Amino acid sequence: MPVNVRIVQGLQEAAEILAADRGARLLGGGTLLVRDINEGVMTEGTLLRALDPVLLAINAGGARIELGAGVTMAMVLANRDLSYLHAPARGIGGPAVRTTATIGGNLFASTPYGDFTTALLALDAVVTLHAGFGGARVMPLEEMLTNRARGGVGLVISVGFNRPAGADAFRFLKVARVRPKGISVLSIAAHLPQNAGRISGARIAYGAMGPTPLRAKAVERVLEGRGLDAATIAAAKTAALEGTQPATDAIASEWYRREVLPVHLGRLLAGETS
Amino acid sequence: MARMPVQFRLNGSDRAVFVEPAETLLGTIRRGLGDFAPKFGCGQGTCGVCTVLVDGEPRLGCLTLSVTCEGRSIETASGLADGPTLHPLQAAFMEHFAAQCGFCTPGMLMAAKALLDRNPDPTRVEVVEAIAGNVCRCTGYEPIINAILAAAQQRGARRA
Ligand SMILES: Cc1cc2nc3c(=O)[nH]c(=O)nc-3n(C[C@H](O)[C@H](O)[C@H](O)COP(=O)(O)OP(=O)(O)OC[C@H]3O[C@@H](n4cnc5c(N)ncnc54)[C@H](O)[C@@H]3O)c2cc1C
Ligand code: FES
Ligand code: FES
Repeated sequence: MPVNVRIVQGLQEAAEILAADRGARLLGGGTLLVRDINEGVMTEGTLLRALDPVLLAINAGGARIELGAGVTMAMVLANRDLSYLHAPARGIGGPAVRTTATIGGNLFASTPYGDFTTALLALDAVVTLHAGFGGARVMPLEEMLTNRARGGVGLVISVGFNRPAGADAFRFLKVARVRPKGISVLSIAAHLPQNAGRISGARIAYGAMGPTPLRAKAVERVLEGRGLDAATIAAAKTAALEGTQPATDAIASEWYRREVLPVHLGRLLAGETS
Repeated sequence: MARMPVQFRLNGSDRAVFVEPAETLLGTIRRGLGDFAPKFGCGQGTCGVCTVLVDGEPRLGCLTLSVTCEGRSIETASGLADGPTLHPLQAAFMEHFAAQCGFCTPGMLMAAKALLDRNPDPTRVEVVEAIAGNVCRCTGYEPIINAILAAAQQRGARRA
């Protein structure tokens, strides 16, 4: 039976269908799902198109940010209040991909994709999920990514996070071999709030360095309570690879990813990236 | 599987079609509506030859489902010329030798149109960024970039 499409208005109905039918998938922009259909990877099942405007909501003006899962990379780029997220959004495909690719879809994109999710992880984002029956619940993004690896997450309604501490406090770097559009060798996002010249509450996340975007907790521990000087950066580089599990794929080998990660982490922390 | 009705505007004309549920916009435009300007290249989102505009935004026809285009306005390269008068982008592509085999040209033109409609006076970097998702295997990108910049200049001159 070929792939079917169901169009539903409300999130409750969509979540219930997803929970009841293991062959049903929520359709975001479809840049991954429709590719799977074109390539014969997805040959049956149901694509669910949810029209609820909540999925497209952007609340970006205040200290607490909430972005609907259906918000596209182009919508992020068009919003000046989200300028700190422009680098990760601009890194995803060309313009015609960005008008379609959603935040929700990026949360489920397999490695080496997931650049926007990497940025969200460094912002300590939470996701609001609808698992079918019993309404919505909020879960740390890190936990959702762990659950994702096991399968069966449910419907993501939105992501929420606090605005970064300052213009220089949030940094993002995508390493690709093709410019201006290329798939990641790796990506790094860093949130580095400072208190009297010392880092407090550092969050570092990597993309394409494991099966899902992941936190670099060893680096975070090194940075905590220290200034961003040469000694700290050297110590962070030494700890850079702890907990990583990169893959070999068409973009880069596992070896290459391990080789270049500490170098790029050092540059990002030193503010040497353009 | 029951076919689904979809209505949209294609290059200014109202069109109503029945589509397979998971049919792509590219398939509907080409096979269903007989507009062969957008091409099928990779079907993966990587070559850009299927680029069309949906409500003025560049979209990949091969990754867009037709059922998501209900009520939208679709533009393809077939709608660029005004009768015998070429669109400034088409004229500039001819003038600057920006096409050899021409396979990438309909997608390049639409990516460029999306840029110029939003940003009539782009920098070279902005042009490169606008066509970053479009692959050309024979002309090389320089003549294409020059053609888009020339079209922008010409449109600017006409406005002044
Ligand atoms: C040419 C090209 C280049 C690309 N480059 C990059 C890149 O550089 N970096 C990158 O990260 N990605 C890249 N991608 C991959 C992809 O476009 C993005 O990851 C995008 O954000 C996926 O979103 P989508 O809405 O298109 O996902 P879809 O294809 O709609 O969905 C993907 C998966 O997510 C699930 N899903 C979507 N939304 C939800 C939700 N709200 N709740 C639950 N499940 C949901 C779907 O069911 C599906 O399993 C590229 C793709 C292409 C075609
Ligand atoms: S055919 Fe659509 S991007 Fe190649
Ligand atoms: S002119 Fe032949 S691919 Fe561009």
